[in-house]
Amino acid sequence: MFRTALRNVLAHKARLLMTVLAVMLGVAFVSGTLVFTSTISDAYQKSSQKGYDHVDVAVQPHHRGGDEGNPGAAPKLTQGLLDKVAAVPGAASATGSVGGFAAIADKHGKLIGEGFSSSGANYYPGPGGKDARYPMKSGRAPHGAGEIALDAKTADRAGYKVGDTVRISVDGPVLSQRVTGIFSTEDGNVSAGGSLALFDTPTAQKLYGKPGEFSQIDVKAAAGTSQAALKSGIDKVLPKDAESVTGKELADDEARIIAQSMDGMRTSLLVFAGISLFVGIFIIANTFTMLVAQRTKELALMRAVGASRRQVTRSVLIEAFVVGAVAGVAGLVAGIGIGAGLRSLIGSTGSSIPDGPLVIAPSTILTALGVGIVVTMLAAWLPGRRAAKIPPVAAMNSVHAVATTKSLVVRNSIGGALTALGAAVVLTASSSTMLGLGAAVVMIGVFVLTPLLSRPVIAAAAPVMRLFGISGKLARQNAVRNPRRTAATASALMIGLTLITGLTVIAGSVQQAIDEMATGSLKADYVVSMASMTSLSTDVEKKLAGHPDVTATSPLRTSPARIGGEHQSLTGVNGAAIGELTRLEFTAGGIAGLSGDKVVIDDATSRSNHWKLGSSLDVTFEDGKKGRLTVSGIYKGNDLMRGVWVDTKTLAPHQSLVDDKQVMVKTKSGASEATKDSLRKALGDNPAIQIQTKQDISNGIAKGINLLLNMLYGLLAMAVIVAVLGVVNTLAMSVFERQQEIGMLRAIGLDRKGIKRMVRLESLVISLFGGVMGVGLGVFFGWAAGDLISKALNTYELVLPWGRMGIFLLLAALVGVLAALWPARRAAKLNMLSAIKAE
Amino acid sequence: MTTSPYGVQTAARPTAVAARATGLSKVYGQGETRVVALDAVSVEFRQSEFTAIMGPSGSGKSTLMHCMAGLDSVSGGSATIGDTELTTLNDKKLTRLRRDKIGFIFQAFNLLPTLTALENITLPMDIAGRKPDRQWLDMVVDTVGLSGRLKHRPNQLSGGQQQRVAVARALAGKPEIMFADEPTGNLDSRSGAEVLGFLRNSVRELGQTVVMVTHDPVAASYADRVVFLADGRIVDEMREPTADAVLDRMKRFDAKGRTS
Repeated sequence: MFRTALRNVLAHKARLLMTVLAVMLGVAFVSGTLVFTSTISDAYQKSSQKGYDHVDVAVQPHHRGGDEGNPGAAPKLTQGLLDKVAAVPGAASATGSVGGFAAIADKHGKLIGEGFSSSGANYYPGPGGKDARYPMKSGRAPHGAGEIALDAKTADRAGYKVGDTVRISVDGPVLSQRVTGIFSTEDGNVSAGGSLALFDTPTAQKLYGKPGEFSQIDVKAAAGTSQAALKSGIDKVLPKDAESVTGKELADDEARIIAQSMDGMRTSLLVFAGISLFVGIFIIANTFTMLVAQRTKELALMRAVGASRRQVTRSVLIEAFVVGAVAGVAGLVAGIGIGAGLRSLIGSTGSSIPDGPLVIAPSTILTALGVGIVVTMLAAWLPGRRAAKIPPVAAMNSVHAVATTKSLVVRNSIGGALTALGAAVVLTASSSTMLGLGAAVVMIGVFVLTPLLSRPVIAAAAPVMRLFGISGKLARQNAVRNPRRTAATASALMIGLTLITGLTVIAGSVQQAIDEMATGSLKADYVVSMASMTSLSTDVEKKLAGHPDVTATSPLRTSPARIGGEHQSLTGVNGAAIGELTRLEFTAGGIAGLSGDKVVIDDATSRSNHWKLGSSLDVTFEDGKKGRLTVSGIYKGNDLMRGVWVDTKTLAPHQSLVDDKQVMVKTKSGASEATKDSLRKALGDNPAIQIQTKQDISNGIAKGINLLLNMLYGLLAMAVIVAVLGVVNTLAMSVFERQQEIGMLRAIGLDRKGIKRMVRLESLVISLFGGVMGVGLGVFFGWAAGDLISKALNTYELVLPWGRMGIFLLLAALVGVLAALWPARRAAKLNMLSAIKAE
Repeated sequence: MTTSPYGVQTAARPTAVAARATGLSKVYGQGETRVVALDAVSVEFRQSEFTAIMGPSGSGKSTLMHCMAGLDSVSGGSATIGDTELTTLNDKKLTRLRRDKIGFIFQAFNLLPTLTALENITLPMDIAGRKPDRQWLDMVVDTVGLSGRLKHRPNQLSGGQQQRVAVARALAGKPEIMFADEPTGNLDSRSGAEVLGFLRNSVRELGQTVVMVTHDPVAASYADRVVFLADGRIVDEMREPTADAVLDRMKRFDAKGRTS
């Protein structure tokens, strides 16, 4: 049996080529994902372990489970504590560190790198006068308020040398610092493309915390002292609001976090790999169906001479096994290449990953082969079963029974029921899981229905096809000749396009919604904030308010509080100006004259707490003082503008640290580049502060969403490529099966061009059929998801991306044209005589 | 020669040559595998004549037809259809010639299953983008007796009916010459006789020219003339053949084949 199957595989090499390629691509995606994620995971693990080489025990403030309601209780890691810890028996040295955000300006005053990865820290000289974490490559360590050291990568990037003056900013005001040294570091943030500036310890403490305090104390054990022993020694001298952790625990924690984030990335990549493989299933099934149909006589003969049904099925499955194994091996090799390629690709974009060897886990190899074989055999199972049903008598008949219409009736009923069920689930879905599940059922239902749908949809193309004369007419009819095959081919393309369209619709609508939310309720011309999303010093608002062009400003501050016993943050705004800076829709009362004990609240807060206009609220402020506030307005909130708003003058006395999340600014001359520059100058050309117009905010949102969408497009492209292979495969099969017809057409006078056109148009029709269905379903899912999304995003409204939908249909057409290149040429080259004689 | 009741022009010059081969050679392969399929064959097919080409397997009868009909390339000599020399035509012109001047009937019917009988009949004209001559078409359809089945698809027709559709397709374009390759090979004797009758009628009544390759003496007996081929050469010719006479002539090939 095995030998027969193997011979069959070898005999049909060319016809199995597309199938092998399709499976191979899917497997390559899977194994590429596995290789890539395990490689970078391994690299990060190793680099994080290295990062904790200097730490045997770390002393940190005690984590109180995020209880922000009780500030003032922050632990103090003082120099005194550090000295005490350093004196613990078994401790070789102790290093105090303190750090945070530090924006560094390049020579043009622009921020280097991204806000979130720009950091600053202290240089803590050890016993030898040097900080082992930061070996200097040139110059010396910073000393005193006006000096800093820069990491070598950043210095290199901006072209700074020792002796240069660099403008940096930590929380608002710009500092001009002299670079005294350039150091190398194994800091993970820096190796991932961030920047690091070092100050001497007193300067860093002043900039980041309170003088004389550290945010962490790292202790190095003396030789022969274990981390655990050192920890228990240290624990004896620690105050109760501080805790100690061993270096191993820290490294393990980080390793776990890395593993978790890698798991997430791996899972999402594998989902897309799964989609590609699923699409591949259609191609495999098509191919094996054809191979079985062509071999009907042979299989019937096997049955006639005594092979059992099971043996016939098994022979088909063995063939599938061989195909799957070959494709699995090829896919694994390609996947290893993809994994290596991805790593160097990401390396070349600047955000470098730590170096490390390419990791090919045994599980990766097993998964790749297993996936290839299982998917192929699974897809070949139905054709195999059908092969077993061939009656022995078919060996004697010249014509074998074609698929009856009866089975299509059953098929259509099942398809209709599935589609209806899925659509019902989609339309009533209350969670994204339900929606996804329903969508999957609809897809399967529609797929089952495609043979039925193919006739009317393709018939609708008749008027266009007529323009192409007889080639068009024949192409249209050929496309519906084998509805199952056409359906499977078109469905393969449909799946990719459905997802692409659905995501585009949702992303476009979400973008519009977020945009509306971010800018719709904003009257201010500018929003000023820190690039790092940390807080702004209140100086910034003062400076802005003093600018001659500025007519109104308001900060946005938050302060934890309790109202009626419940946690409820208070948002501080400039009550006198906020009305000019925001465009809020009030359902009761208003924002005018927000001062004293007056507050405005959003409608959701109003509903959930049963607070009405005029309600009196008992408040416990951040500092524990009690007070009473009165609701003077209820506005329609959204994700950015919500909560309880109160005048800053009422809030400020109770806050331990007064700082601003952002400052809204209105100017006389409105939003313009010139005004923006002038505001930037007023703030001292600060690299850490971003001044955004509404347009900037919109652009930022669009950029983020487009980036995400482009990534998804990239991942789904694989599914489309596999679908293209499917179209090529189907056309090659059709050309092969219709050799005789093509020969006859050539004989009675259809030229090569006409033959080519016929094959190309058939391809176009099938692809566009898949395209139309995909775009249609995608829009349906996008629309259906709207209900669910608008619950979380109340400004959500369906936006149909007509332009992109057009592009997707063009893409489908392009797929058709490209896929037909080779089969059309083959058809035109067929030798007329052998084509006529072939039986 | 009976004058066509439809006044077809060929009646005016009944001895004109529709197709001619002069020293036509066809060689396959090279060196030791070299096979001479046609060895300098010269033959004429006159207008309004029904010619059968006969010969044992491998005699080159099909090759001769393929070369004469512009389906296969020629190694030497010349082949003309009317005044057109085929050997100098490129693929495009050859295709056009086949489309406009030649009708084909194949052993395996070769109809398109997606088209109705009528659509199959008008296919050559559809390819050319020409409107069929309605009157001629109706007459052809009547002649082959398909009037009631024009909307049927090939798989709803019997073998004989399918071959009649093929005959109608070949006739519909008013070709200068029709080539039939074993047209009765896949038919039972009754259907075969019908198809041969139509071919003869198309010559006698419509003034068509038919060249038919066959190995069936009964089929050959419908022709006006039989040309015998053996080993790539024309070895004999017979006018007004009968089945018995053709069979006798063929038996001599067999005897020779066995002794050699």
